[in-house]
Amino acid sequence: MTATGVTAALLLGAFHGLNPAMGWLFAVARGLQERSRAKLLASLPAIAAGHLASVALVAIVISATGSLTTARTVAIAGGAVLVGFGLWRLLSKRHFRWVGMRLSLPQLAAWSFLMSSAHGAGLMLIPLFTGMHTGHAGHAGHALYGSLGLAVLHTLAMFAVAGVVAVIVYELAGLTILRRAWFNVDRMWAAALVAAGVITLVQA
Amino acid sequence: MTLWTPDPTFYPSPRDAAAAPAERYAYVVAFDRQAARPDAIAVLDVDPSSPGYGGVAGWTDLPYIGDELHHFGWNACSSALCPNAPHPHIERRYLVVPGLRSSRIYILDTKDRISPEVVKVIEPQELAERAGYSRPHTVHCGPDGLYVSALGGANGQDGPGGIAILDHQSFEVLGRWEQDRGPQYLAYDFWWHINHDVLVSSEWGTPSMIEDGVVGELLLGRKYGHRLHFWDLRKRRHLQEVDLGDQHQMTLELRPAHDPTKTYGFAGVVVSVEDLSASVWTWYRDNGGWQARKVIQIPAEPGDPDDLPDVLKPFGAVPPLVTDIDLSVDDQRLYVSCWGTGEIKQYDVSDPFNPVEIGSLRAGGIVRNQPHPAAPDLALRGGPQMVEVSRDGRRVFLTNSLYGSWDDQFYPDGVGAWMAKIDTDTFTFDERFFPHGDDFRGLRPHQVRLQGGDASSDSYCYP
Repeated sequence: MTATGVTAALLLGAFHGLNPAMGWLFAVARGLQERSRAKLLASLPAIAAGHLASVALVAIVISATGSLTTARTVAIAGGAVLVGFGLWRLLSKRHFRWVGMRLSLPQLAAWSFLMSSAHGAGLMLIPLFTGMHTGHAGHAGHALYGSLGLAVLHTLAMFAVAGVVAVIVYELAGLTILRRAWFNVDRMWAAALVAAGVITLVQA
Repeated sequence: MTLWTPDPTFYPSPRDAAAAPAERYAYVVAFDRQAARPDAIAVLDVDPSSPGYGGVAGWTDLPYIGDELHHFGWNACSSALCPNAPHPHIERRYLVVPGLRSSRIYILDTKDRISPEVVKVIEPQELAERAGYSRPHTVHCGPDGLYVSALGGANGQDGPGGIAILDHQSFEVLGRWEQDRGPQYLAYDFWWHINHDVLVSSEWGTPSMIEDGVVGELLLGRKYGHRLHFWDLRKRRHLQEVDLGDQHQMTLELRPAHDPTKTYGFAGVVVSVEDLSASVWTWYRDNGGWQARKVIQIPAEPGDPDDLPDVLKPFGAVPPLVTDIDLSVDDQRLYVSCWGTGEIKQYDVSDPFNPVEIGSLRAGGIVRNQPHPAAPDLALRGGPQMVEVSRDGRRVFLTNSLYGSWDDQFYPDGVGAWMAKIDTDTFTFDERFFPHGDDFRGLRPHQVRLQGGDASSDSYCYP
C-alpha cells in the first residue's frame, strides 16, 4: 500500500462523501422528515456500509481474478471495463431509479450499495487494486488484504465528509443551497472513469 | 440535455418554491368542440410589465383533430431533487399533453420559444397495447417515470381506468402502473404523499359514462365515482378504499398537502344527489389507515325552471358543481370553483379540518351570467372551472370550460371562452387580464400551466 494509493483512495472517498446523490442528502431528508438529528446520524452508517460493500466487491473480484491470471491481464481487463463503463455513464441519459422514500436501515444500506455500484464508485479504485498485483505479483492473499484496506479507508473518508456535510446542511446551511451548489458531478465522474481506465491500460 | 447545475425551476421545499419569481407565460390548452379544427396550446402573456399583457403571445395548433385536450403536465419537476433517485440536472422543458377523447399524447418542447413545438406523438395504440388504457388525463412527474392516469380501458374494454407509466426520457409507454388494483375500477385524478410512499386516486366514470354527457339514470342511480383509493406507491398495490357515500357523485380533483411531512389532502365532490350540494373533503391518516371527512358543503341555489337547461329543469335549482379545487404551495389557501353557480371561493385552510371562507368572486354561472369587471356589459357563460395558483400564491388563474359534451348540457346556449386572473392580496379580478371570445379563436380553454411550475405541478421531498 503506497502513500499515493492511500491518498488517492481517501480523496476519492471525500469526493463521494461530497456528492449529494451518494447519501448525505438522503440522510438529511430522513432527519428533516422526522425533525430528528438522531435519525439523520443513524442513517449515515447504513449508507457507508452500502458504499463499502460496493467498493469491497470490486476489490474482491480484482483480487480473485488476479490470483488466476497475470497482473497484466487484470490491468487490461480492468482498464477496458473502466473505459466502457465511463463512456456509458457519459453518453447514457438514464438515471438511477429507486421508488420509495420510507426505507428501513438495511434497505437504506441496499440503496447505497446500488447507488454506489451504478455510479461506478468501486471501479474508480481499479487502478489502485491492480497496482497491488503489479507490486506484489504472486501474493494474491496480500493483494486482497491491501485492497480491502484501501476500500475501508476510502469508505471512512466518504463517511466522514458525508457526515460533516449532512450535519452542516441540516443545522445551518439549509437545502436551498442545493439549487446553486449541486454541480453535475456525474459528468465529471464519467470522464474521470474513462481517464482512469486509459491510464490503467497505458501502464499495463 | 444535461445541465451543470439543477434546473432553476426545481425547489427542494414548498417554502423555497413559494419564493419563486413570477411566471411570465401561462400555457392553456384549448379544444374545438366540433372536432373540425385542431386543438391548440395557447400561450398567454401574464407579465404585467409587458405591453402584450393579457393577450395571446403564442399559439401552437396540433397536427390532428378531435383530441379534446384537457389536463397536462411537465416532463420534470422539483421531485427530481428527491434523495432516493436524484436527477436534478435535467430540464423542465417538455409539456406532456393528453387528448382525453382521442387518447393521443403529445410531447411539446417549450425551450427557447414562445409557441411550443410538437416533438413527439404517442398514438392511442401504444397506450392500449402497452398499458391497456385509453382516455389519458392527469400527468405527474414521478419517481420512476411519468405517471399518466387514464379513464378508460382499451381493446374493447370500457374499464378499468388506471395509471400508465411513460419513460422520463424517451416518453415511450412503459406499461401499466398497478400491480394489484384491488377493487378499484373507476379512475380520474391522482397524486401522492411522496415521502410516505402513498398514492391517492379518485373516480369519475368510464368513457361510456361521460363522453356523450352526464347520464341522468347513472347519476340518480349513484353510479358515478364516490370513492378515494390509497395505494402503496412503491409496491404499486391498492391499500385501502375510502367511500364518501354514494350520494356524493364524482370525486374529482385531489390536492395533497405540499409539505411532505403532512399526511392530509383535499378532494372535491361535484354534486350530491340528495340536495345538489357540492362538497370538499379532507383525507387524513389515522392509526395507520386513511379516512376522509367532509369539511366544506356548498348548497344549491334556487332557480326558475325557465332559466335552467333541460338537465336541471326537474330540480328547479342550480347545483354549485365543484369541478376543480387548488391548494396554494404553502398549504394555507384552498380555492374552490363552482362551475354551475359561477363562483370562486377562497378558504383559509391553515386548519385543514376547519376551512374558513375568506373570499368569494362571481363570474358566469348558469342563471347569473355574471360579467367580468373588465367587460361589464358582456354576459358570461360557463363559470370558474380549472383553477391554478402561482407558486407564490399571489395570483390565481381561471378558465371556463369543463368538458365538451357537459358544457353543452349545462350551458346549451354556448359556454363561450374566457380566462380570468385574481390578485389574491385583495381577492379581486385583475381588470387588465381578461382574454375571451376571439382571443381563443373559437376554441374552449381548459387547464392552465404556469411557466416554471405552479401549485399543482410539483412535489417536494423536503419540508
